[in-house]
Amino acid sequence: MAPIKIEGTPKTPSVNFEESTGILELRGRSIPENSIEFYKPLIDWIDRYSRTAQQATVLRVQLEYFNTSSSKCILDLFKKLEQVRSAGNDVSVLWHYEVEDEDMLEAGEDYQAIINIPFKMIQIEEVDDHT
Amino acid sequence: MLERVYDLYTQLENGRVMLSFKGCLTTDLITALLEVTEHKMETIEADAKVRKKVFNVVMECLQNLFHHNGTASNLDAGKKEEGHGVVMIAHNDTGYCVLTGNFMRAAEVDALRVRLDTINSLGPDELRGLYKETLNNGRFSATGGGGLGMIDIARKSGQKLEYGFVPDVEGSAFFSLNVNVTN
Repeated sequence: MAPIKIEGTPKTPSVNFEESTGILELRGRSIPENSIEFYKPLIDWIDRYSRTAQQATVLRVQLEYFNTSSSKCILDLFKKLEQVRSAGNDVSVLWHYEVEDEDMLEAGEDYQAIINIPFKMIQIEEVDDHT
Repeated sequence: MLERVYDLYTQLENGRVMLSFKGCLTTDLITALLEVTEHKMETIEADAKVRKKVFNVVMECLQNLFHHNGTASNLDAGKKEEGHGVVMIAHNDTGYCVLTGNFMRAAEVDALRVRLDTINSLGPDELRGLYKETLNNGRFSATGGGGLGMIDIARKSGQKLEYGFVPDVEGSAFFSLNVNVTN
């Protein structure tokens, strides 16, 4: 399965999904006007990945901003990972938030309350978005 | 006509307007306006939390304008791109205000009013609950947000949303929204 590597833009995050390591990463900003268009290939990738998933999968989310158009897509992405987990694999989400960004921490907690995957909240100085 | 340029400038300057725009929004324009907002906020606001809240509110408001804008006749004709909107971000003694205005179908005014009144009747914890419930209701709107936008704007603002409607021609209305972010 080919990995997904997408460079970040001012409105979309950089993406690194690697089947061989089970490490998936979203980093930067997710504020496009049409999020479905951006997230559909990512959600489809996880759907395919779920059939040959690694024993341990980690999704690292490091977002500085995300819009409400992205929030349902991100939830859908988590739901796909829930399937990976219910097939008997280890899945975890590392949710990063910048110092004092309580809104981003709350957003992570909101997902955590909805999704049946262990979340770890990690405070960082600043999102390094490479853009 | 020429003297009006100076009047316009003075008016905007006295109103501590950081940015104002009237016209058709495109995705590229939104990117540019957000960049201007971010840059300006970095120079005048020391508190990173406030900077982020303002950026978030401006982003959601601009995207609302982009997605929901048009007079009834233009919407009927599928001419969304002809919809004109207005946006203004101003600094005041207590913080920032983000004003937006756009045309919509008059027939949709009541539903929006009910929605905004509901949001305004809720405290922070209830708003968070409504956000979670809406996030997880499995419904996508055409724009992906599924009705989360106004809830998010209210949460980030931490204050009641001020709004109004003005009737316009041919089954249309003009919707005005003022969102305050205090520091």
